[in-house]
Amino acid sequence: MSEAMLRAEAVHKSFGRLEVLKGISLEVKPREVMCLLGPSGSGKSTFLRCINHLEKIDAGRLYVDGELVGYRQQGDKLYELKDKEVAMKRTEIGMVFQRFNLFPHMTALENVVEAPMHVKGTPRQAAVQRAVEMLDRVGLADKLQSYPSQLSGGQQQRVAIARALAMDPKLMLFDEPTSALDPELVGDVLDVMRGLARDGMTMVVVTHEIGFAREAGDTVVFMDDGLVVETGAPRAVFENPKHERTRSFLSKVL
Amino acid sequence: MTSTQVSESGTPAGRPEAIKAVPVRHPGRWVAAAIVAIVAVALIRSVATNPRFEWDIVRQYFTSSQVMHGLLVTIELTAISMVIGIVLGVILAVMRLSPNPLVAGASWLYIWLFRGTPLLVQLLFWNFISALYPKIALGIPFGPSFFDVSANSLITPFVAAILGLGLNEGAYMAEIVRAGIISVDEGQTEAAHALGMTRLKTMRRIVLPQAMRVIIPPTGNEAISMLKNTSLVSVIAYTELLYSVQLIYAANYKQIPLLIVASIWYLIVTTILSIGQYFIERRFSRGSGRGRPVPLAERMRRNLFFARYANRGAGGAP
Ligand SMILES: Nc1ncnc2c1ncn2[C@@H]1O[C@H](COP(=O)(O)OP(=O)(O)O)[C@@H](O)[C@H]1O
Ligand SMILES: [Mg+2]
Repeated sequence: MSEAMLRAEAVHKSFGRLEVLKGISLEVKPREVMCLLGPSGSGKSTFLRCINHLEKIDAGRLYVDGELVGYRQQGDKLYELKDKEVAMKRTEIGMVFQRFNLFPHMTALENVVEAPMHVKGTPRQAAVQRAVEMLDRVGLADKLQSYPSQLSGGQQQRVAIARALAMDPKLMLFDEPTSALDPELVGDVLDVMRGLARDGMTMVVVTHEIGFAREAGDTVVFMDDGLVVETGAPRAVFENPKHERTRSFLSKVL
Repeated sequence: MTSTQVSESGTPAGRPEAIKAVPVRHPGRWVAAAIVAIVAVALIRSVATNPRFEWDIVRQYFTSSQVMHGLLVTIELTAISMVIGIVLGVILAVMRLSPNPLVAGASWLYIWLFRGTPLLVQLLFWNFISALYPKIALGIPFGPSFFDVSANSLITPFVAAILGLGLNEGAYMAEIVRAGIISVDEGQTEAAHALGMTRLKTMRRIVLPQAMRVIIPPTGNEAISMLKNTSLVSVIAYTELLYSVQLIYAANYKQIPLLIVASIWYLIVTTILSIGQYFIERRFSRGSGRGRPVPLAERMRRNLFFARYANRGAGGAP
């Protein structure tokens, strides 16, 4: 019914009495890079987490590659998916976190082969070969046997990206991937992400890196208080913001 | 020559000479060590020379077949009960953290019951279970039963002993495992879920291995407690180590030397358990520099001698 990779229709989400998402609608096409901006607490992380069903939405619809997230529709009835089915769907969506969340008891290589081997059932040899490829792609071919505690923040984040890529996702979600990094390490991570964008990966990136959004982003979405305030091409939004709230936010981060 | 003097040649990069300072001395530690040594010598002398310890009797019974049998039973009871306790503890801990209130409540109730009553009483209960339930049947409640036996033939003293020890241990292990699980950062679960792991797989492959670092040290304690708690089984006349020596001294009235025999064996097994714990801890501290157990010899040297050892071992991971 739709060729969009991600489609949100009036997504609502509340935590108790706090309504965090108040009707988010947007669309990301295959190979598109969408950058999500907005002040802290505006619901960006929550929205990303809804996309792979780490949070359940209260109203609206979310589709990834044409399929409903978290539910199966039969007639006009929705059936909740089982833990296993939800997990299966998540293998198609890669996620990169602000605080990396690498598995500290595993080496870089083990982090990357973990899901292919133990979720997809890829044989060890094939999984290792692919993991080495992915780690090479993010510039860490020489760190295979390092534990996360032995890596810099930037290196850890690149391992985390390799870990997500090893599952061959259709869609990658980044939640402020460079916000926890020392300034001199941000560049390496952004370079890897630019490379991904160039190779045609579909990405939703929550970021405050305006430079990255301008260069690599196809669309910029400005969110505030649980709503999409403004959407457009990076050039239009950054140089000619239509809304006062966008303007005042941009004046703070630029 | 003082250490601040710059050497004539100078290092290539103009690097100043490495610091060579006289380390801080700890005279207090030496005094304390001397006092401990004196007390120790006095104690050993009195123990070795007091004839009423009857060391020859100790030697005579130390490896006697009755004692050996008791020792084996004690080790067997410890091992089986700990395995039951750990498996049960993991199940109860996961249940306790379940979003389903009925499941979490059941776990809470179990822990409340088994932690809240003395182990000795529980052992006696299991021993007398046949008075409570003369027949034990497996089947559908209020429906047909597939299988039934008399409790007396099913609950032998051995079964009563491992039920008593294992089920009680489960309650304690549950709290230890739960503490371990909640010590693992939530981001770990989130990352595992995002990679497509089910809840069960996340628990098994990501959370529990990391929780182990928190779980193992108190579990080592539990194993050592268990070893000694097996002696309570003597109340149901099951011949573990303590009951074996009691049987011997009931006949020859050599209580003290025989209790020493038992004590030495408990100490030996405790020592072996502690060594085992050290290696298991090392195995599960993969990926972290901190919290790795420090070898005993190294620890003594650090504390007793110079401060310059203090920062060793804090750096590199394996
Ligand atoms: N699990 C949760 N329980 C309760 N409130 C939450 C939870 N997660 C997020 N929130 C709240 O939702 C709001 C939006 O959070 P978030 O999506 O993290 O914003 P952003 O990523 O844009 O900074 C915040 O007010 C936050 O406190
Ligand atoms: Mg956020």
